[in-house]
Amino acid sequence: MSIIELIQQNYMVLLLAMGKTLELTFLSLVFASVFGLIFGLFNVSKSRVLHIIANIYINVIRGVPLIVLGFFIYFGVPLATGIKLDGLVAGVIALSLNAGAYMAEIVRGGIQSVDKGQMEAARSLGLSYGKAMRKVVLPQAIRTMIPSIINQFIITLKDTSILSVIGLPELVKQGQIIISRTFESFNVWIIIAIMYLIVINILSFVAKRVERRLTYAK
Amino acid sequence: MPSKVSVKGLKKNFGFLEVLKGMDVEIEEGEVVCLIGPSGSGKSTFLRCLNRLETITEGSVIVDGVNMADASTDLNKIRENIGMVFQHFNLFPHLSVIENITLAPVELKKLTKEEAKEKALELLKTVGLEDKAYAYPAQLSGGQKQRVAIARALCMDPDIMLFDEPTSALDPEMVGEVLNVMKDLADKGMTMVVVTHEIGFAREVSNRVIFMDGGYIVEEGTPDQIFNHPQNPRTIDFLDKVL
Repeated sequence: MSIIELIQQNYMVLLLAMGKTLELTFLSLVFASVFGLIFGLFNVSKSRVLHIIANIYINVIRGVPLIVLGFFIYFGVPLATGIKLDGLVAGVIALSLNAGAYMAEIVRGGIQSVDKGQMEAARSLGLSYGKAMRKVVLPQAIRTMIPSIINQFIITLKDTSILSVIGLPELVKQGQIIISRTFESFNVWIIIAIMYLIVINILSFVAKRVERRLTYAK
Repeated sequence: MPSKVSVKGLKKNFGFLEVLKGMDVEIEEGEVVCLIGPSGSGKSTFLRCLNRLETITEGSVIVDGVNMADASTDLNKIRENIGMVFQHFNLFPHLSVIENITLAPVELKKLTKEEAKEKALELLKTVGLEDKAYAYPAQLSGGQKQRVAIARALCMDPDIMLFDEPTSALDPEMVGEVLNVMKDLADKGMTMVVVTHEIGFAREVSNRVIFMDGGYIVEEGTPDQIFNHPQNPRTIDFLDKVL
C-alpha cells in the first residue's frame, strides 16, 4: 500500500489521533505551567521549607522516567487506592507532573537571571515581595524564559507518545493499530513522523513570533 | 523634637565578616548628610540598613519613630517614606519612564492612575526630562536614567532620600546634571543621606560629613571641619588621596 493510499484510508483516524496528542499536550502544559510557576517561586523564596519542598518535587520527578510515572499513576495508584483513573486523566497527571518539574527549573533560572537590583528598587519603593515579583521581576524573567519554555513545550508534545503504553489513542498508538492492520510499518511511521514534524515546526514558528514581539532592547 | 533618623549601636555581619561594628548617628529633619570613606568601609551597608534592604544584626535604627530592626515593623509601609537611589539606577527596563515612576504610587493606592501620571510629568519637568516620559530606560543616557530614578523615588512623596553612590556609574560629563537635581532637592529641605565620592558636592551641599573607615565612624563634622581641618590621621590620609 502506498503512502497516498494509507493516508486516504486513515486520515480521519490520524487527524483524530493528532487531536488527542494536542489535547494531551495542551492540558498537560497548562497544569505544568502552574506547577512550574509555583515550585519555581518556592525554589527562589527565602523560606527553607518551601525551598526543600520544591527540591524534593523536582528531584523526584527528574529521577523517575516518564514511562514509570505513567505506569505508576495508571496502574499502581488505582490498585492501591481503588480509584480507577481514565487514561487521559492519568496521562495528563503524569505529563504535567513531569513537565512541571522542568518548568520549575526554567522559572527559577529566569527569576535568577533578573538583576538583584530590580527587586531591591521595587522593595525600596514600598512594594511587597509579591507585588515586586509580579510587576517587576517576573515580566522580565519571562522574556528570558521563553526559549526554554518553547523547548519544554516541544519536549512535552513529543513525550505524549510515551503514553501510548497506557493505551491512550494518541498518534503513536493509532499508528501501531494501523500497522497491525496493514503491516505497512515503514510508510506509517513516515507519515506519523511528518505529522509531528509539521505540528512542532508550526509551534516553533509561532513561538519565535511571540518571542520577537516580547523582546525589548536591554 | 526627636531626630528623623536615630541609629544606635548598629552592627551588621555578613556571615563571619563584621561590616558595621557599632554605629551611632542622629539625623535631623532637613539635614543633608554625606558619607565618605574608602570602599569596603561600610558606607553603603549603613545606608541599606536605614531602609532594611540589609537585615540588622544588632542595634536599633529608628526612622520617623519606627524601629526598623523590630521584626514586627511593617517595612513596606515605612519604606514608602524612604526614597532610595541606587548606583546602577535599577530602572525597570520593561516599563516606560512614566510607568517606572507611576508603578509604586498606583500599586500602593497612594494615587489614582491620572493623579500619578500628572505628578510624574511634573516631576519629570523638575528633573528636566518631560520629553522622555514615554521613552524606555534603554533609550536614555546614564545621567537621564539617574534623574528618572530620582523622580521615581520622589513620586512616593518620601520624607527622606537615600542616595547610594548616585554618580559613580556615570560618565564624567553627566555627573553635574544629577548633582544639580540633588542640590535642588536639598534646597527644598529634603532630608538626605548621601554616600558619595563627590567631595565637591559634599563640601557645597551637605550640612554634615561623616567619614567612615573599617565599619566605624572615624570622624564627623561640618564640611569645613572635615575638609579643611580634619583631626583624625585616617581622615587626613583619605582626603590626601582623594583631593
